[in-house]
Amino acid sequence: MDSHSAMSSLPASVAGSVDDVVGSAAPGVSRRGRLRSDRRPPGEPRRVAYVYLIPAFLFFGGFVLLPLVHSIWLSFFEWDGITPGTWVGLRNYADVISDGELRASFVHALILIFFYAVIPVVIGLVLAGSVARVEVRGLTFFRVILFLPQVIAMVVVAVMWRMIYDPGNGPLNQVLRSVGLSDLATSWLGDFNIALPAVGLIGTWVWYGLAMVLLTAGVQKIPHSLFDAARVDGAGPVREFFAVTLPALRGEIAVALTLTTIAALRNFDLIYLTTKGGPGHETTVPAFQVYNRAFMTGEVGSASAIGLTLVALIFLITFGITRVADRGGQQ
Amino acid sequence: MTSKGEQSITYLILGVFSLIALLPIVGIIFTAVQAPGSTVGFGHFDGIHLGNFARAWEQGNFGSYLKSSFIVVIAVVSVASVLSLMAGYAFGVMKFRGADLLFYILLLGLMVPMEAIIVPLYYDMRDFALTDTYWALILPQIGTSVAFGTFWMRAFFRSVPRSLVEASRIDGASSWTTLWRVLLPLARPAVLTMCVLLFMWTWNEFLLALVMVSDEGLRTAPLGLSFFQGRNQSDLALLATGAVIVAAPVVILFVFLQRHFIRGMVTGAVKG
Repeated sequence: MDSHSAMSSLPASVAGSVDDVVGSAAPGVSRRGRLRSDRRPPGEPRRVAYVYLIPAFLFFGGFVLLPLVHSIWLSFFEWDGITPGTWVGLRNYADVISDGELRASFVHALILIFFYAVIPVVIGLVLAGSVARVEVRGLTFFRVILFLPQVIAMVVVAVMWRMIYDPGNGPLNQVLRSVGLSDLATSWLGDFNIALPAVGLIGTWVWYGLAMVLLTAGVQKIPHSLFDAARVDGAGPVREFFAVTLPALRGEIAVALTLTTIAALRNFDLIYLTTKGGPGHETTVPAFQVYNRAFMTGEVGSASAIGLTLVALIFLITFGITRVADRGGQQ
Repeated sequence: MTSKGEQSITYLILGVFSLIALLPIVGIIFTAVQAPGSTVGFGHFDGIHLGNFARAWEQGNFGSYLKSSFIVVIAVVSVASVLSLMAGYAFGVMKFRGADLLFYILLLGLMVPMEAIIVPLYYDMRDFALTDTYWALILPQIGTSVAFGTFWMRAFFRSVPRSLVEASRIDGASSWTTLWRVLLPLARPAVLTMCVLLFMWTWNEFLLALVMVSDEGLRTAPLGLSFFQGRNQSDLALLATGAVIVAAPVVILFVFLQRHFIRGMVTGAVKG
């Protein structure tokens, strides 16, 4: 892997370590010394830099930053999108907590984190722990297959899993019936208690490959001497995993958790295409509420407040995961 | 435990999870080639009937959906990668006031999901009478793409030896020539990785298309498939064929450029 790709694109969370990794790869940095306390490799001041930045920032500002600010403005109003709106202050934000349906949507998103982030990382760790101790051939082949669910559009994933979950002729129920477990056969996406986990497991299917590939790549970077030392000390597979593998994978675990958690929180496509939030409101999530309120029920202000709450939650969780990972690293 | 035994367990884990990843995909391909009007259900194989693809292309209007998707993807990926190269170059090799501040704003923007800005985006586009045009799909996605692209290219340019840029300058090359003549050839792998990721994200984008476009002729492939699903619940084979058509371009690209996809995704790439 090239040096430039090392952990380079995880937003903000690992920005500090990105600078370290990439910076140390660029010769001449250390020579410049600490006098200016400047770790940035680029040397001479160039005003022309702004000319290079302007086009990108016009698009970024116009289609990301401005809408974000506009969204903050809208979130203070009660507005149906057509008639003049009414200023309601922070009421839309208060609703996020007091409105039962909205609160439930955030709880559902947190439950989905378990399926999108926690299960995949645990599966990834099981594989990583076992790869750490042996030589594996054909890993590239497995990586390609494990990665496939990642690259398929969510719409296609939804079409696929609706067929698999189909209560009538879906293969899941057919298998259950054929092995004599017809009591378990159910309407997976239509059952009040099962719909949310059923959608969550689709998320697990999409994301566990990423966690496996990421963590396996991390394991292969651990110096062999660490494992040898553990074995000399008589560590078995389990002790070795907790003493060597797990601590060394801290960075990769943070990246995997961040990516999958963001995916769980912003999740819209899968819900819209499988359950539309139903049955009842059992699978409704914040991003679905944003869409539904802004474009179906004419509650634009509320939709904006939900979207911004989602952004705040994503920031918080991303920084939280990174903080924990960094602190562990200092001990 | 012997090393042999541990090796078998590793292969068992890899095999089982690869199988779980693969089965639904094989299932939908089998379903896509079932006999038309077949009712045997998902994943059953009853011979190869490629006529479904012709039916989906005409009846399902997938020819038109793919055309829209390609127009949007080509516009977004080409513009966003050029702009990202330029901005990443400025961040990576030049020093200027406000560099850190601008970069952190960019980082925060990377974490803002489309779901959070879709509402104002729609009303802004409507004010400019741009809803129901390709512009409504292209412009916002250039915005989210340059955030990731700039971040990605900056990391690359910072890894380039400074002496290279200095030598080019001493030779009298302008910053513009240095970028395109000296650095771009080196940057090709990084640029390719960026392009395949942007291609995948843009191709698979659903919410933006759902909100911005109601004209059948402008619908992108994922949006078209969702409407097709609404109309064709009963015809399993045809729906599966549509799904395969929509997934195919990215999957084919992935098979050929898997190294780039995996390198990009494994470094934790996200796009708003």
